[in-house]
Amino acid sequence: MSVDIQLPVLKPTDFASDQDVRWCPGCGDYAILAQMKKVMPTLGIPREKIVFISGIGCSSRFPYYMNTYGMHSIHGRAPAVATGLKAVRPDLNVWVITGDGDGLSIGGNHLMHAIRRNLDINIVLFNNRIYGLTKGQYSPTSPLGKKTKSTPMGAIDNPLNPLSIAIGCEATFVARTIDTEIKHLGEVLKRAAEHPGTAFVEVYQNCNVFNDGAWAYAKERETKADTTLELVHGKPLIFGKNREKGIRLNGMDPEVVELGKGVSEDDLLFHDEKAPEPSLAYLLSRMRFEDGFPEPIGVFRCVEKPQYDDMINEQIETAINERGKGDLDKLFRSGDTWDVA
Amino acid sequence: MSTTTAAQKTTRTLDDATVRFCGDSGDGMQLAGSQFTNTSALVGNDIATFPDFPAEIRAPRGTLAGVSGFQIHFSSKDIYTPGDTVDALVAMNPAALATNIGDLRSGGILIANSDAFDAKGLEQAGYKTNPLEDGTLKSHRVHSVDMTKLTRSAVEGMGLSVKESDKCRNFFAMGLVFWLYDRPLEPTLRFIDEKFGRKAEVAQANTAALKAGYHYGETVEAISTQFHVPKAKLAPGTYTSIVGNTALAWGMMTAARLSGKRLFLGAYPITPASDILHELAKHKNFDVLTFQAEDEIAAMTATIGAAFAGAMAITASSGPGIALKAEGMGLAVMTELPMIVINVQRGGPSTGLPTKTEQADLLQAMFGRNGECPIPVIAASSPADCFEISQEAWRLAVRYMTPVLLLTDGYIANGSEPWRIPNFADLPKIEVKHPGPQANGDAFLPYKRDERLARPWALPGTVGLEHRIGGLEKQDITGNVSYDPANHQHMVNTRAQKVANIANDIPPQKLDGPATGDLLVLSWGGTYGACATAVHNVQAKGKSVTHCHLRYLNPLPKELGNILSRFKKVLIPELNMGQLKTVIRAKYLVDAIGLNKVQGKPFSVAEVVEKIESLLKGDTKDSQAKPEPIDSETTIKAVLEKVAHGG
Ligand code: SF4
Repeated sequence: MSVDIQLPVLKPTDFASDQDVRWCPGCGDYAILAQMKKVMPTLGIPREKIVFISGIGCSSRFPYYMNTYGMHSIHGRAPAVATGLKAVRPDLNVWVITGDGDGLSIGGNHLMHAIRRNLDINIVLFNNRIYGLTKGQYSPTSPLGKKTKSTPMGAIDNPLNPLSIAIGCEATFVARTIDTEIKHLGEVLKRAAEHPGTAFVEVYQNCNVFNDGAWAYAKERETKADTTLELVHGKPLIFGKNREKGIRLNGMDPEVVELGKGVSEDDLLFHDEKAPEPSLAYLLSRMRFEDGFPEPIGVFRCVEKPQYDDMINEQIETAINERGKGDLDKLFRSGDTWDVA
Repeated sequence: MSTTTAAQKTTRTLDDATVRFCGDSGDGMQLAGSQFTNTSALVGNDIATFPDFPAEIRAPRGTLAGVSGFQIHFSSKDIYTPGDTVDALVAMNPAALATNIGDLRSGGILIANSDAFDAKGLEQAGYKTNPLEDGTLKSHRVHSVDMTKLTRSAVEGMGLSVKESDKCRNFFAMGLVFWLYDRPLEPTLRFIDEKFGRKAEVAQANTAALKAGYHYGETVEAISTQFHVPKAKLAPGTYTSIVGNTALAWGMMTAARLSGKRLFLGAYPITPASDILHELAKHKNFDVLTFQAEDEIAAMTATIGAAFAGAMAITASSGPGIALKAEGMGLAVMTELPMIVINVQRGGPSTGLPTKTEQADLLQAMFGRNGECPIPVIAASSPADCFEISQEAWRLAVRYMTPVLLLTDGYIANGSEPWRIPNFADLPKIEVKHPGPQANGDAFLPYKRDERLARPWALPGTVGLEHRIGGLEKQDITGNVSYDPANHQHMVNTRAQKVANIANDIPPQKLDGPATGDLLVLSWGGTYGACATAVHNVQAKGKSVTHCHLRYLNPLPKELGNILSRFKKVLIPELNMGQLKTVIRAKYLVDAIGLNKVQGKPFSVAEVVEKIESLLKGDTKDSQAKPEPIDSETTIKAVLEKVAHGG
């Protein structure tokens, strides 16, 4: 007799919790939540095996709106909470939801270490280049000169580049997407979910209340073809309304070139998300709009490496195989002992 | 008995003795001390030890700052402390002598490595003349032994460099003291074999040095008396000598087994707690996961994640690390997840005295978080007690769904005593319940409480129990975020009541002495040994004094108020400036009197006895233990002199 194990077929609405969503109307977070609910049923993972962990900030309210297990933890610590969870329970599908302040400022250390350990978790960083929940102070990704409540004369700290940091920590999966590019957003989230090891995704997210239009150049219909570049593995780096421009390497540096006029596709830089060395991905992460480059979106890097959650549990198995399952009575008597009658 | 040319020796039997090995931190004094401890335990003595080492791993050789010591009290009777004064002191160099001679009792034996008392060594220790020769030590029995030379000649021809030969000196010293106190060499010979077996020449040299030291004692005429300390009458059973941090690690592993859980330790290296991490990391075959986190905050929050995941989750640190964990502990209180936070207290504030003991984190444990954030607090009283209290901490954590703070201190953590080994099968199981799958589609209620006010521990992966927890205030029962004023008041009250309920679930408070009388000595944590011994000493003189030692600090035992009211005076000796006293005064309006000490050292029995006797004679004031002159006055004086001379 065969046993028919049937997973219930879930719909996006099955992932909606009963809580009212309380982001500001028009916030980019809504689109990310909608795509996440759409991606979830496609993963083939039972709902009870999914856990969302967040820190503090607008984005970190996310777990309340997903009908999965979740923890809205404390500021910056979500990657560490997720590490404990995943180490003990590798069977769970663990997501970390964070923001530019939560992940790169107060929680920078945890983010860096979670990535270098390559736990099988997915980290989604909503980058709106501002502190929203505390009502509008500059964040670690705000551009130089940014005037906010806490920087009335302009920000004087150089911004951090989330992907450069992730790649610097040798993240095995690094991607960028945009809240309004919903199809792309969904695809990137799905690829992140499928990646074994830490997947790091930066989402350009609009905070329409405190930093409206921060990513306008990358989102507006008229400009986005020239200001962004969709990465495709194995394909040359081409962009522009008529796909007339490309990125070529000039020595160690990328440069924008016009196709035709003696430049062919073969002269361009070809994207290789599987490159073992992170140098190419790093170079792509450095391409910024303000320096005259299109900003790449898509998967920068996708390689496989051993995972912390596997290895910590494999060490336990190895220890049990080599020494047998621990016997406390033996352990207690492992030093010198003496008897008193 | 030797009948040959050996000098005529007499043997004296003693109830107990205290020996201290001290030397440079590179001299192997900790090893000498632990070997002497093991051997004394094996011959059946009760033992209590006090290792004392500098914060610097290798302070400059020969300096006062680099002195490392190990004290062993061994006895034919029950003992609770490593001893106030020392009967025999081994000083490997002048700096060790300078910093330790104050603890050698009058008439005590000093064994000094005279080879180290050269001009440079003397100068480094601040001696203008050689104390071994200038008559300043005449109240002690001084044995100047040219240990360096004797060791070198013992290991000659074994292929060791001079430097390597000198490394065997601690074995020579051990051998000599082993002879002096009539201890067998076999356990140490076995140890040498296990530890150095693969380096044959080192094993051979250490063995030769050990035996040479022993023979020196046997033959040299100046040492005429050998001492014998008979077996103690311990309760029947099998014993091993155990160090506090090891007992704690084993206790946690045992608790995990007793509750059928994986053990997860999140930790960041910190003195004096790191040995808990080291010990647990060794035992992965017990399903122990050790996570060395990027910082204390991650160690704490990963512990929260592991608790959510369903493990027995613990984190271990010391004061500065606990300060960093405070925000995480708040989250643990809000999410009402079971876990254990261990604080191996050390001297503070800030980095303070990392390798020295103190009890000054009690108020931090009780109140050191934002908001109304009650956490049960319990404290271990001795190295062996760390084993049992670990299980008690976990029992409370799971029964009440709460983080539990377990306090030990540097003195307990590194000290050792005989531990009667339990049989695992005899230990009480720790019951853990998790709600099962729920398929009826009803909403799961993560904050619906049981009769103890504990909420259910629902594990991710369980069908139908999907729920979200976090640091925002929760509505009771549903666990949904709530800003409702009445709910917040209710939840603050509920969390407080839940912890208070623990008082109904702990053993009655024991008293040692009459139930009513003139004086109650109220103590907690690692001062147990000194206070118990002091009270016994005074009781033995026919005076009425009672000892009450607290294991549960939050909540305090129900009957404590009543106990306190039955005594005319209450003395609270603490290695802080009066933290328990503050709590007792506030809670019971009792005019308790403090005996306080923050010198990086435990209480001596004499300090507590003196205060008890003075209170019995009418004293009503707080007081501080007097610092030992040798430790502070000489160095402070030296600094002042230097400053005065424009240095
Ligand atoms: S403040 Fe900005 S980021 Fe936060 S919810 Fe409102 S729009 Fe979104």
